Amino acid sequence: MEKLLKTNRRDFLKVAATASGGLFIGFYWSGCDSPKMKVLTDEEVLSQAFEFNAYLSISPSGDIVIYSPNPELGQNIMTSFPMIVAEELDADWTKVRVFQAPLDNEKFDRQLTGGSGAMPHSWERLRKAGATARHLLLTVAATNLGVSIDELSAEKSAVYHNGKKKFEYGELVAEAAKLTAPDEVKLKDPKDFKIIGTPVKNVVNKEMFTGKPLYGLDFYREGMVHAMIQRPPFGMKIKSVDDSGARSVSGVTDVVVFKNNVAVVGNSTWPLIKAKRQLKIEYEPDGAVESSFDHDRIMKDLLDSKNAQVMRKDGDVEAAFKTAAQVITSEYQCPFLSHSPMEPQNFFAHVKGDKVELVGPTQTPDRARMETAQLLGIPTENITVEITRLGGGFGRRLRADFVVEAAELSKILDKPVKVSWTREDDMTGGAYRPAVRYRFQAALDDKGNMIAYRLRGAGINAGNSTRENNFPSGSIDNLLIENIEHKSPITTNAWRAPITNFLAYAEQSFLDEVALAAKKDPVKFRLELLERAKKNPVGEIHYDIDRMKAVIETAAEKSNWGKNKDVMQGFSVYFSHRSYVAQVADIIMEGGQPVLKKITAATDCGIVVHPTGANQQVRGGIVDGMGHAMFTNMTFENGLPKQRNFDTYRLIRMKEVPEIDVHYVDSGYDPTGLGEPALPPTGGAIANAIFAATGRRLRSQPFIEQKEFSDIKLQIRRT
Amino acid sequence: MANYKLKINGETFQVDVEDDTPLLWVLRDHLGLVGTKFSCGIAQCGSCTVHVNGEATYSCTLPVSSIGSSEVTTIEGLSKNGDHPVQKAWEEIDVAQCGYCQAGQIMNAAAFLKKNPKPTLEEIENAMNRNLCRCGTYHKIREAVALAAKMK
Repeated sequence: MEKLLKTNRRDFLKVAATASGGLFIGFYWSGCDSPKMKVLTDEEVLSQAFEFNAYLSISPSGDIVIYSPNPELGQNIMTSFPMIVAEELDADWTKVRVFQAPLDNEKFDRQLTGGSGAMPHSWERLRKAGATARHLLLTVAATNLGVSIDELSAEKSAVYHNGKKKFEYGELVAEAAKLTAPDEVKLKDPKDFKIIGTPVKNVVNKEMFTGKPLYGLDFYREGMVHAMIQRPPFGMKIKSVDDSGARSVSGVTDVVVFKNNVAVVGNSTWPLIKAKRQLKIEYEPDGAVESSFDHDRIMKDLLDSKNAQVMRKDGDVEAAFKTAAQVITSEYQCPFLSHSPMEPQNFFAHVKGDKVELVGPTQTPDRARMETAQLLGIPTENITVEITRLGGGFGRRLRADFVVEAAELSKILDKPVKVSWTREDDMTGGAYRPAVRYRFQAALDDKGNMIAYRLRGAGINAGNSTRENNFPSGSIDNLLIENIEHKSPITTNAWRAPITNFLAYAEQSFLDEVALAAKKDPVKFRLELLERAKKNPVGEIHYDIDRMKAVIETAAEKSNWGKNKDVMQGFSVYFSHRSYVAQVADIIMEGGQPVLKKITAATDCGIVVHPTGANQQVRGGIVDGMGHAMFTNMTFENGLPKQRNFDTYRLIRMKEVPEIDVHYVDSGYDPTGLGEPALPPTGGAIANAIFAATGRRLRSQPFIEQKEFSDIKLQIRRT
Repeated sequence: MANYKLKINGETFQVDVEDDTPLLWVLRDHLGLVGTKFSCGIAQCGSCTVHVNGEATYSCTLPVSSIGSSEVTTIEGLSKNGDHPVQKAWEEIDVAQCGYCQAGQIMNAAAFLKKNPKPTLEEIENAMNRNLCRCGTYHKIREAVALAAKMK
């Protein structure tokens, strides 16, 4: 039967309002296994549930509500955080429903996704949230049974006495929620974990795989207008705007010039994409208008500058270099990169008098609110921020530029507005990974010992382009780390594993050069340095020597390092964001050309909370690190990137990823984050393997654009 | 502006839009079918993949005027209960990270497996290479397509 509908917009808005506009985004597993029980809606559960703390409410029906405070961008926090609460609660995981919490500074103290910091920050808080609630539930059970709480045990949301089930949690919540939670509560011994460490499925799978509205771009609100903004090239300002062409596009209702932006406004997206192309905007210089050619020269000049800032100094580098039997000097360079999350930037804003409603994908809802408050002069308590799922972030969504412009436009238009960016807007809109050039120098004595090490970093808006306390600092008697920066109108920002995403490649490639110059095996060379740092620490040491040693040894063992002469291997190890990752890239030769076969990774992130999510972060980090090291470049011409979409900005694809073999070192430490640490070592492991296989040292990224690489046809073996 | 009757997910919808409006924006802005994603807008990434008469098609560059009586299927219409073998395999392998590209990946995989129910890994890679995943879930996508082929 044919159903003819005008549109289904009304139903659609209803769905969108429930999913994103009203009660946050919830998911649950219950019901499937117990057809006899009535499955409550999210609204029913939320209206009945008793709150135990900011993270946790439980309904008399036994349904467990866990709020996930941090923005979810693929790091799988909406699954791993609730697992921790549920573990200490001894919850029945199938009864857990997870909701994204909106920004709430009173309930949560770090609603931020960045720096791989959420897990170390929240580990204990989440455990206590579950454990204190469990304690209260058991206290009520003990009172009702007239026994001591120590005689009770709990499993899958039920309380047991002498092995007999006495209560379901749902029966106890009303009484338990009235009690005051203890300050201290006994946490589980990790060996008793039942949920942590198991491959629980992502709680949002069903919604993601059936196309439910989850992301910022999926947010629609009755009465809102759509807008797109043309932003200026870096170092330029608007001289004149001819918007007649844009205004003539059917569906465009307004064109607004504010600050250096030209916004086109309408009732749907496509007319705006067309109208933006019709804008005739003349720009004039408002600062330095730079091109990549300038950057290359500036960074080289800076490496010779006398004005570098000393970041760390141990011993006397000058004197040591004078006594050297051998000096190795190398320069490495990495380009600007765009974050390019698959979901382009966007945000919904509704300024109503002195109140503001913000909805969208942000890694830092607090910053979004603060900057909006500052811009509009509206107190933060009048601003709400609802966090949608993020279609990737990679650090780009740590900024609030895309939020405040939406708020400003909503105020100007006096309407609710969703500002969407095209891919070209996203790629030309700034906040890039900075470009950096490094100069490394090492001095060896006649026995091949590294007696001095010097690193100078020169970055374009990179801030400190070094990590002066990272390995090999602490293992070398004479060491000098310096930094110098060029200030550019081209905006930069944290990009997944900030600084270390290129520093690690450069440093680990250089250490490979030094090891080979010292005629030492690259793995043994690093272990020797660590041994020296242990026996004879120089200055402060900011990494755990034993943990670093363990990942090196594990990666070497799992990759059969040096055992097969037909496999050319590259080694790399890095400590960043509190986790340790060592990697080995394997290359074999076929028909005189290298074939990248496999990357082996050994990771110490402490307790692995969610093995599926951890594997995703390790593999994903390696794919990300490899893709950008190999293929991706962003160059500038007169203040604008030349690469503006995926036709010229080359991202890694399925056929370009090798097998990745993931291992963990069970150190027993509390868990640390994994969103970033697997990425930094990858470029170095691959570059070192390519050197081992071809004798070509790749000192700039992306590799495929280097002249040393021009006659190498690197194949990728996937299976 | 012109009136188009579109066959989408087994139903007929009527929209009043400009001829050059890409199917993607008709779906998202006019019909509320937001499962089909916008990412590049130039047929490079596959986030917007839908089926047009069973063929995996980039909806971001397909003008509404060219669709005619073709049958369009979006992620929302791939199966009634989210239980298409490809969707089940995606759940079983737990493929997604951010998930934004996955609807397009699923649609591409579903169209591919219909034509090639017993693919080799290389054939899977050739077919799936047109879809970008910025999170790097490629290993799992490949695994899930292979599993879906077995589930059929």
